[in-house]
Amino acid sequence: MITADQLTLGYGGVAVVRGLNLRVAAGQVVALVGGDAAGKTTIVRALAGRLRPLEGSLDLPDRARIGVMPAVGAVFADLTVVENLEFASAAHGLGRGSHEEVLTRMGLTQAADRLAGRLSGGMRQKLGLAMALSHRPRLLLLDEPTTGVDPVSRAEIWRLLSEQVSAGTTVVLATTYLDEAARAALVVVLDDGAVIQQGTPAAICRHTPGVILSGGAPVTSQAWRRGRSWHSWQPDRGADTRTIVDGHKVTVIPADLEDAVIVAALHHQGVVT
Amino acid sequence: MNAVDDCVVQGLGLTRRYGSFTAVDNVDLSVDTGQIVGLLGANGAGKTTLIRMLLGLLRPTAGTVALLGGPPSRHTRRMLGYVPQGLGLYTDLTVAENRRFHASAFHTGDTPGDLADVDDHDGRLVADLSLGQQRRLAFALAIAHEPRLLVLDEPTSGVGPLGRARLWDSIHDSADAGTGVLVTTHYLSEAEQCEQLVMMAAGRVVARGTATQIIGDTQVVDVTTGDQARVLTALADAGMVASLDAGGVAVPGVDQKRVRAVLANTSSVDDIGVRPATLEERFVELARPTSTPV
Repeated sequence: MITADQLTLGYGGVAVVRGLNLRVAAGQVVALVGGDAAGKTTIVRALAGRLRPLEGSLDLPDRARIGVMPAVGAVFADLTVVENLEFASAAHGLGRGSHEEVLTRMGLTQAADRLAGRLSGGMRQKLGLAMALSHRPRLLLLDEPTTGVDPVSRAEIWRLLSEQVSAGTTVVLATTYLDEAARAALVVVLDDGAVIQQGTPAAICRHTPGVILSGGAPVTSQAWRRGRSWHSWQPDRGADTRTIVDGHKVTVIPADLEDAVIVAALHHQGVVT
Repeated sequence: MNAVDDCVVQGLGLTRRYGSFTAVDNVDLSVDTGQIVGLLGANGAGKTTLIRMLLGLLRPTAGTVALLGGPPSRHTRRMLGYVPQGLGLYTDLTVAENRRFHASAFHTGDTPGDLADVDDHDGRLVADLSLGQQRRLAFALAIAHEPRLLVLDEPTSGVGPLGRARLWDSIHDSADAGTGVLVTTHYLSEAEQCEQLVMMAAGRVVARGTATQIIGDTQVVDVTTGDQARVLTALADAGMVASLDAGGVAVPGVDQKRVRAVLANTSSVDDIGVRPATLEERFVELARPTSTPV
């Protein structure tokens, strides 16, 4: 479905993403993970065929088979829900058919005549998803589809994505949420434009080395002695131990995808070695 | 320190109605000195209305608020730090101007320190900073006058994993220094950083306690499969709501035997088992309209 080899992406000749290799099969879910300015959106734009690679090769499906939901501006705030759906249909050269089935499936029937700008975050994202799906794409690209979305709507969006996957659609999503990335078959971890980890969630956890932070380490030295791992830490249950505090020394063993991604980013930024 | 001093804010029986609509319905909530309380709920559950009543920004239809031992007033306002969802920064002023404005409004006399990378952007307009930088600035301003109560409305929305870990570090530092913290989040993985959670749905409290207490013994059926699409289709045909999960498919709210029966003839199933529900899965169940208040 997608083949990318040694891809360099950027704007005005300036590289933003370097050395991206990607093999994605039909019906797979791929998660692009990273913080502010990691390069997630740039990759989504390239996979949408909206940004020509500076270097490397990129094979994509026909553009008519790709559906895109950008992080910003996915819906027109001053159009109603139905008008937005009509716009998406028209933009893809589809007829003026009924949108009732889509509205029902997306749980938007009650909101059909409301302005998109007045919808809650979750409803607005569901509308954006419906628009991206209007031409039945085989490749669905989603840029932070659940940011600012409450847990109930998030579960709903994942149910809708699950339906798409069960119909064989490939899904690539950019997200900052690691519990979502953990649902993907392939996770690409980005930091400042570089791919710092890539693989299944389990492989990333396995391959990220633990770090040892000693006394004078920067702010993040305390990042793991809090929260769940700290409160649940028991000396006699070594297997569950993620954090070991010994005087000024903190040992961190990545135990889930969130830990692994944080540790990988710290390594990449040179905060720990 | 007696019990009254220990409580930075206490709301009892708080109710707010708009005409016939009840946004918040008889909610009790308190935050102690040095405690981190997480307020969870879907959009429209009443979280922001509740926060505004606790801070004295909105008058309750019924119920009482004790903020730092008395009713909310101009005096108590100086001891609060509040970062709303909209961040409350002046985007057409520079970082330095925002800092000076804040310092004079709160009579702190000097500009707040330690803004990490935002420090380098003193002369830039706030509108030109990334959202992550704006969030860090808003947070730094909110804690600059050492508030006794810090209220954060979705502080990590759109922030990356490392940024989130750093922000939570700062939140814990404030709590360790004695500040009571009330934080809302949609990201239930980080709710586990809170000592106490209050879950709201449709204006009412539907659960409270630690994450472990709220999850209780709720379980989810986990199907391990190399072919998520096939399993999802089979379950959907049987009328079950399932979702993608790590390495397989998760089926909440259904008995394991029923899932086994439905998938008996599905070839790609490697394993079927149960695991404890996550806080998010439990929350979605609790947020259904049929849930009863606690």
